[in-house]
Amino acid sequence: MKTLLAGAAIALMGLTQTAAADGHANYPERPIMMMVSYGAGGATDFQARIVTMTSGNEDALGMPIAILNKPGAGGRVGWNWLAGQAEADGYTLGAYNVPHFIAQSIKGGVEYSTASFEPIANWGADPAVLVVGKDSEFNTLQDVVDFAKANPGKLTTSGAGLFVGHHIAALQMEKAGDMKMAYIPTKGGGAAAMKAVIAGDVMAGINNLSDAFRAAQAGNVKILAVADLERNEFLPDVPTMMESGLAVDNASVNFRGVMVPKGTPQGIIDKLAATVPTMFENSRVAGKMKAGGSPMHVMNRDEVLAMWAAREETLKELLAGL
Amino acid sequence: MRLIRQLLQAAQFRRFLLKIPGAPANIATTLDGHAMALNGEGAKALQLSFLSSAVGGVFGVLLLIFLTPVLAQWALAFGPSHLFWLAILGVTVIGSLDSASVVKGLLSGCIGLWLATIGFDDIMGAQRFIFHPSLGGGINIIAALIGLFAIPQVITMFAKGHKNDGTEAIQVQKHPIKSAVSELLRYKRAMGIGTITGSIIGLIPGVGGQIAGLVAYDQSKKFSPDKDKFGTGHPEGLIAAESANNAMVGPSLVPLLTLSIPGSPTAAVLLGGLLIHGIFPGTDLFDNHPDVAWTFINSMLIGQILMCIFGLYVAGMAARVAQVPQSMMAAIVLGLAVFGSYSVQSSMGDVYVMASLGVMMYFLERFGFSAAPLVLGLILGPIAESNFIQGSMIATATDGLAPYFFTGPLNLFLIAVVVLSVLYSGYMELRARRYTSKEEIMG
Repeated sequence: MKTLLAGAAIALMGLTQTAAADGHANYPERPIMMMVSYGAGGATDFQARIVTMTSGNEDALGMPIAILNKPGAGGRVGWNWLAGQAEADGYTLGAYNVPHFIAQSIKGGVEYSTASFEPIANWGADPAVLVVGKDSEFNTLQDVVDFAKANPGKLTTSGAGLFVGHHIAALQMEKAGDMKMAYIPTKGGGAAAMKAVIAGDVMAGINNLSDAFRAAQAGNVKILAVADLERNEFLPDVPTMMESGLAVDNASVNFRGVMVPKGTPQGIIDKLAATVPTMFENSRVAGKMKAGGSPMHVMNRDEVLAMWAAREETLKELLAGL
Repeated sequence: MRLIRQLLQAAQFRRFLLKIPGAPANIATTLDGHAMALNGEGAKALQLSFLSSAVGGVFGVLLLIFLTPVLAQWALAFGPSHLFWLAILGVTVIGSLDSASVVKGLLSGCIGLWLATIGFDDIMGAQRFIFHPSLGGGINIIAALIGLFAIPQVITMFAKGHKNDGTEAIQVQKHPIKSAVSELLRYKRAMGIGTITGSIIGLIPGVGGQIAGLVAYDQSKKFSPDKDKFGTGHPEGLIAAESANNAMVGPSLVPLLTLSIPGSPTAAVLLGGLLIHGIFPGTDLFDNHPDVAWTFINSMLIGQILMCIFGLYVAGMAARVAQVPQSMMAAIVLGLAVFGSYSVQSSMGDVYVMASLGVMMYFLERFGFSAAPLVLGLILGPIAESNFIQGSMIATATDGLAPYFFTGPLNLFLIAVVVLSVLYSGYMELRARRYTSKEEIMG
């Protein structure tokens, strides 16, 4: 028995050595898994499925990427798992949502921070937008601001939860307009928040541009403003908040992309960082994303690192008083 | 979509014959279905359930086809305060559900409500009772169901199988389909209550699917002259629960198809599927892609009928599952339980949750507690809690708590039903006590 164990140990050591020695030139040798910390069918999930669908092509990774959903607690369950339990061997990737995971790590109670992960590339940027029901008396952002200033704390505004992009946008609006809103976090993500606006449970809502775009197309809501630096290609007629006189930047934009847990071999990170952005730029991917109403925004590893650092700084300042 | 239907139906066999519900929606069906199987009426239970499923399901899809615009307004009418009262209505049912005594029913309901608080609170992000990272997401409802219903059965089967070599097989009586149809026609009231309750509750986004069967079961029990037979293998409860379960499927898609809001996890997956193909649910779907919309709706209709035929065909054979020696059966079910709870979200944590809840339930059952009220607490807790928090936030920003929760016709109607439900249960409990004490005196 002892000799058997010893033999097995030697064999294992041999295996790891060869893997390290060839500098991961053969990576990936088997299919890769990507964890999405939201449920199947949600925006992050279905975008992740689209952007990874060409990964099996020879000019991409040459191996398919399978999506694994670990939903719960606004994404905390999945990211906790990726930071603490996932193997950092390059075969476990994760999808990130900024500002969500950064804001959660600042607020505390989770086992991750930006230092727990290594970004690979960004695929999408979904700005937060301000929506009101189709019969609402509000027709411009100014109407909403006027109401909120005249009635402090009375403007009920739904969003997908606390410390997600929607909440950040609401905090920024309050700060920029020197006003008080009543932010109502919903359980069940953006869909529940949108239902509250359509049904008139709340007076206004902050939601993802992609979901709001669909609701506006169906004639259920009016989109009053976009919380981004410039107008969005899907909504060329909707002004940014800045244009309307409210100094809200793009800190609430929901950036989606791919990362790996800290400790993943540098050779693999480099290989992924070189390949994954080109995979996102595939024309089939872009076509499907556009058809689904999902704005794309491809960034490479260095750009994402800079974006993460900038977000962390803004969020620390914004969340300091909470 | 066909797949969803098939999964729901496949759950059926396991459910009755072994008293293990395959999905949260099926808890109510096991209450009488299993008792019937024990009486040797397994084939009959399966036939009745497939037939009533088909009737309820077809009715639900017809509602979806003809009344979608009207129903969409209905679905929107339920705000946080209404959903809160609806959850409370569910809580009032807990005590009387499948329990020897109301007190024990309420106690196990409370255990369920407590279990539901474990994990990160979805609205505020507060951490509650997380002693291990795998509990961060809370108790997964599927893992809990498997544990609470399957594991006590498995332990009991192992115990028995050892004692008498598993010879204690249940005799299965043959049951012609024709008599199942005439039986179904006899229980028109249960059928009607099930179908209507299921359709109405199925509409409500985020609540419907999980409690439709239970509410229908409870309602038909209250309206039935044979209340005492419920839970002992009475076809009425089975028919009401099954027809409600399937009647809810069509209406539950209304919010998705008209407003592009997924009302259930299943609907969310469907939304993702449509978006990948560049199709937006809502008016766009019916105006620009009628081929997709109608193929989809018709396939649901055809699926309902095909599954019924298939189900009836195999019902006779499947009922024989009960004749497999208990010790073997226990091993098979245990394997499936581990596999099933792991595969929900590929997490070993769910398997541990399943196993520990299962062992706990085995001992609770020995003391006369039952799993159904516990699961109902687990399902209703988060609905009541999150809607109360949301409602109270909206209320404090607007007109205050009391006007928000206690005014408006729908709020008042739901409160009235809650009060009636409580009074009725109290009355029944008192009456039952008087009878038993009389009998005791007589005896």
